[in-house]
Amino acid sequence: MAEPLLSIRGLVAGYGGTEVLRGLDLDVAPGEIVAVLGSNGVGKTTLNKALSGVIPVRGGEIRLEGKRIDGSPSKDIVEAGLIHVPEGRRIFPDMTVLENLELGSYRRGRPRRAQNLERVFATFPRLLERRTQRAGTLSGGEQQMLAIGRGMMAEPRLLILDEPSLGLSPLLVEEMFALVQRLNAEGLAILLVEQNVMQSLALANRAHVLENGRFVLSGRGADLAADPELEKAYLGL
Amino acid sequence: MFSPEIVTAAVLNGLLTGAVYALVSVALTLVYGVLHIINFAHGATLTAAMFAAYVAWQAGIDPLVAVIGLAPLFFVLGYAVQRWIIGPASHGEDRNILLVTLGLSIVIENVLLATFRSDTRSIDVPYGFSSVDLGFVFLPMPRVIAFGITCVVALLLWILLARTDAGKAIRAVAKDKLGAALVGIDVPHVYAVTFGLGAACLAVAACVLLPSYFVNPRVGNAYVLVAFTVVVLGGMGSVPGAVIGGLFIGIVESLSGLYFGESLGQLGIFLIFILVLLVRPTGLFGARA
Repeated sequence: MAEPLLSIRGLVAGYGGTEVLRGLDLDVAPGEIVAVLGSNGVGKTTLNKALSGVIPVRGGEIRLEGKRIDGSPSKDIVEAGLIHVPEGRRIFPDMTVLENLELGSYRRGRPRRAQNLERVFATFPRLLERRTQRAGTLSGGEQQMLAIGRGMMAEPRLLILDEPSLGLSPLLVEEMFALVQRLNAEGLAILLVEQNVMQSLALANRAHVLENGRFVLSGRGADLAADPELEKAYLGL
Repeated sequence: MFSPEIVTAAVLNGLLTGAVYALVSVALTLVYGVLHIINFAHGATLTAAMFAAYVAWQAGIDPLVAVIGLAPLFFVLGYAVQRWIIGPASHGEDRNILLVTLGLSIVIENVLLATFRSDTRSIDVPYGFSSVDLGFVFLPMPRVIAFGITCVVALLLWILLARTDAGKAIRAVAKDKLGAALVGIDVPHVYAVTFGLGAACLAVAACVLLPSYFVNPRVGNAYVLVAFTVVVLGGMGSVPGAVIGGLFIGIVESLSGLYFGESLGQLGIFLIFILVLLVRPTGLFGARA
């Protein structure tokens, strides 16, 4: 494997008296899609929040392109190029689509805001049509596009997608995974955190199954998909 | 009944007073909208700003000139107090912020009391008794100036919030703190900037109030009580709501002073307050929960 873009060693994180993540190791190489799978409440979102500096890291280290980022405030992590598209989208409903996208380049990518906007609108023509509309009036699928577009505005080195298919119709889920593949084909490294196991494995170069704060199964996407252990691990049997 | 001229004059006078209410309320609602806390130090900050303007006047500087220095000064003070006192002391708990601001208000009021005693003071500016003649009504000059300055400040604030990246960052934090953090907005910085803007608005309000009003260590509370009504009326966290609510409450106060007698002017305000809570608790511009 090439020099990892993101490297996590022994990551421990949690809330209050509870440790949610109990020592995770994970690498994402440039241009790779790595999936983290697991059912609700196993710590997927905690992992993302720890990576983006929203909650403190209690142990271990996180490096982006060799540089320690654990313990940094989220603005510095964004500045370094680790962009997290959160679960539930977290767009700004009272602002227009355009304002949301512009805020995507608040910390990073601002000098090339115009080019990046063009690129996002080329990827999501729907957002171009709706650019003056308030973001809160978009459909769920459009809001997800907006959240990803907002992430792209920051010129990510690594994009974390937290449950991008959540709450979308089956047709839109297909579209979402096709999009993830397309972004990756353009060279973007992606950490895909999903409940949607089979579709994620079909895309991912490598995948980890998270359970009770630990990776219980790791391997190449295609291998994992065929592994009978997967079902056991995933269902917690 | 009163003649239409008198009623119109009362409405215009109310509008002028209402502009200052609007300014004090905008500061309160802005901080509430972003930090989701009621700033209990709001009244004390206004009082402190009025004393600052008073001291400046004693040094020979007219409040309308002093505002140029006091507004930035109070922005810096507000920023610093939020960033290095309220923020760290709250440990991320909203109710702690509430208590810290309450504590701050007690400290500020008592420092002012110790420094200036409880005497009520006023200043005597050359334009204090001049007036603007509209043909059918004379409007007091200090209040007309206050109205003008308030409009300018409201316009500047609107441009800041609607048109600049800094303003968009403030609105983003108000709506979704996590979403804001994830696009790289420095949330603690935005909190402090918002607090600073609130304090700067109060400094402007203080400077335009002083020529026509008095100052003592508790004077700010009267305004804040009205501001609470305005903020509830306009909708918690809504800046346009606070502006319109402030003007409206000014008119209500003036008219109820006219009809119920000068000393009962505030009666109308609190009747409105109770009515709003009964009929439309989210306020005129508030989000429906």
